[in-house]
Amino acid sequence: MGKNNKKWVSILLTALFAVITVIALTPVVSLIVASMRPSSELMRQGLSFFFDPATLDLGNYLAVFSEEGASYWQWYMNSLIVSGGLIVLSLFFSSMVGYALAMYNFKGSRVIFLLVLFVLMVPFEILMLPLYQMMIGLSLVDTYFAVMLPLIVAPVAVFFFRQYCLGLPKELMESARIDGCTEYGIFFKIMAPLMGPSFAAMAILQGLTSWNNFLWPLLVLRSNEMFTLPVGLATLLTPYGNNYELLFSGSVLTIVPIVILFLFFQRFFISGLTVGGVKG
Amino acid sequence: MERSETMANKKTFSLKGILHFLNSRKVAPYVFVSPFIVSFLVLYLYPMIQAIVMSFQQVLPGQTTFIGTHNYQRILNPTFFQALGNTATYVFFTVIILVMIPIVLSVFLNSKSLYFKNFFRASLFIPALTSVIVAGIIFRMMFGESENSFVNELLGLVGMEPVQWRYGAGTGMFLMVLLASWRWIGVNILYFLAGLQNVSEELYEAADIDGASAWQKFLFVTMPALKPVIIFVATITIINGFRMFEESFVFWENSSPGNIGLTIVGYIYREGIQQNDMGFGAAIGVVLMLIIFVVSMLQLKFFGAFKKED
Repeated sequence: MGKNNKKWVSILLTALFAVITVIALTPVVSLIVASMRPSSELMRQGLSFFFDPATLDLGNYLAVFSEEGASYWQWYMNSLIVSGGLIVLSLFFSSMVGYALAMYNFKGSRVIFLLVLFVLMVPFEILMLPLYQMMIGLSLVDTYFAVMLPLIVAPVAVFFFRQYCLGLPKELMESARIDGCTEYGIFFKIMAPLMGPSFAAMAILQGLTSWNNFLWPLLVLRSNEMFTLPVGLATLLTPYGNNYELLFSGSVLTIVPIVILFLFFQRFFISGLTVGGVKG
Repeated sequence: MERSETMANKKTFSLKGILHFLNSRKVAPYVFVSPFIVSFLVLYLYPMIQAIVMSFQQVLPGQTTFIGTHNYQRILNPTFFQALGNTATYVFFTVIILVMIPIVLSVFLNSKSLYFKNFFRASLFIPALTSVIVAGIIFRMMFGESENSFVNELLGLVGMEPVQWRYGAGTGMFLMVLLASWRWIGVNILYFLAGLQNVSEELYEAADIDGASAWQKFLFVTMPALKPVIIFVATITIINGFRMFEESFVFWENSSPGNIGLTIVGYIYREGIQQNDMGFGAAIGVVLMLIIFVVSMLQLKFFGAFKKED
């Protein structure tokens, strides 16, 4: 009896979660369905719950891959460049800082760590106008560099690398020193390879942050050829637009690679996107 | 000839000296942390000071004049209070939803009696991978005005009238809160799941011996153990809520009917960037920072995060 009861609880609970999951994934499925519907109708009426599956077609995707989609692929390219560049730069700099904060006892290290925690708390929106002014002053408006700049030394990544390095064996550094390795050699040749999982987690965090970043690119990017995906897609949202084919199929093509990456590297996504949790 | 040789020698010697100096254990850590120091000075400290200075200025191209507290006096206008009200409402609902629902779901996801746990956990996380813009495009389409849009059709099935989602203050707020909740629930579930791993089995066993019900165990064993995570999640939700901009932008592109979607950051964007009134925008930013600071402190006090026992 008790065993049977337990089984029923399990089945009910699983059914409940199945319903929740269906609700949670409905928007994503809707987007995929929408990308195969006539787009002019979508913008006017919204997506209908009732439709004939036989009317679905890939016309919108043909549009993306035709000449019409040229600016979309330009945005895609820009997003790839900005996100890729940011991953390389921010991992390089943030890991160095986090590593030093964890592995060395030096004057001021505590102050610097407190500053890292402090800037972690400062909302970017407050710094936004002066930074924008700075970009104008330095003639960096409408460049990839301007988009990347605020995230290059990410305090959240510094914090994560520091926490990760605290768990690494310091004895390795000592024995490398005896072997005549320089301090920089110790980091690049011995310790950095041990930090692999933290690099993976931060690559995902920084990559996704940059891939989805909107407000700052909206400010510093001016010309259509320089737009990143979110900024570009947002321009298609206007009621006067006539590129709705691109809007829906383009949105699908924006999230599909991320979802695929997620399915393969779930562990790193989870540790990367729940960084703050390492403290709690 | 000879002279230049000695000079070259000197140079290599000093270069070696520099390398030796840079490689010493005393200096190397400073080299490592220098990127942060530079970025702190250039990308945080300077803009922060500049924001405060600008908030007392009228910033025109090629000409800035100090105008005292004029910008701050201008803030006290109905539009700002509407933006503040919208933002505060949004924060209130997102905090409640994004703390309560993930706690309940994570407790179930952690229980032994649920099948396909990993599948559910991964599925609920997928919304977090979308950008607000893409997510907003989907929601706009599902919550379209016409009676043939997804949600209105579902409402029609239960005999309700179609709703003009984006044109009412209440429904507009609902859309923004829903969008944020949809994207964040999966992430917060992971925080709580991590917190649940720290609850010792022994406590549950002891509670079982005392004859505690499942509800009592949740209330007196699980919840106290989750307290640090609750504080953490509430704090980031509050901060992110006050920083909200995109959830509103994607529905109305910063010009919502009757400002029903206007947020504080939206107001900064409108005044500072679109109207090019940077001094005023900076002043709103400074006020926003103060609000975030005060609310975070109040919330931490409310949860008793400053008490020694934690």
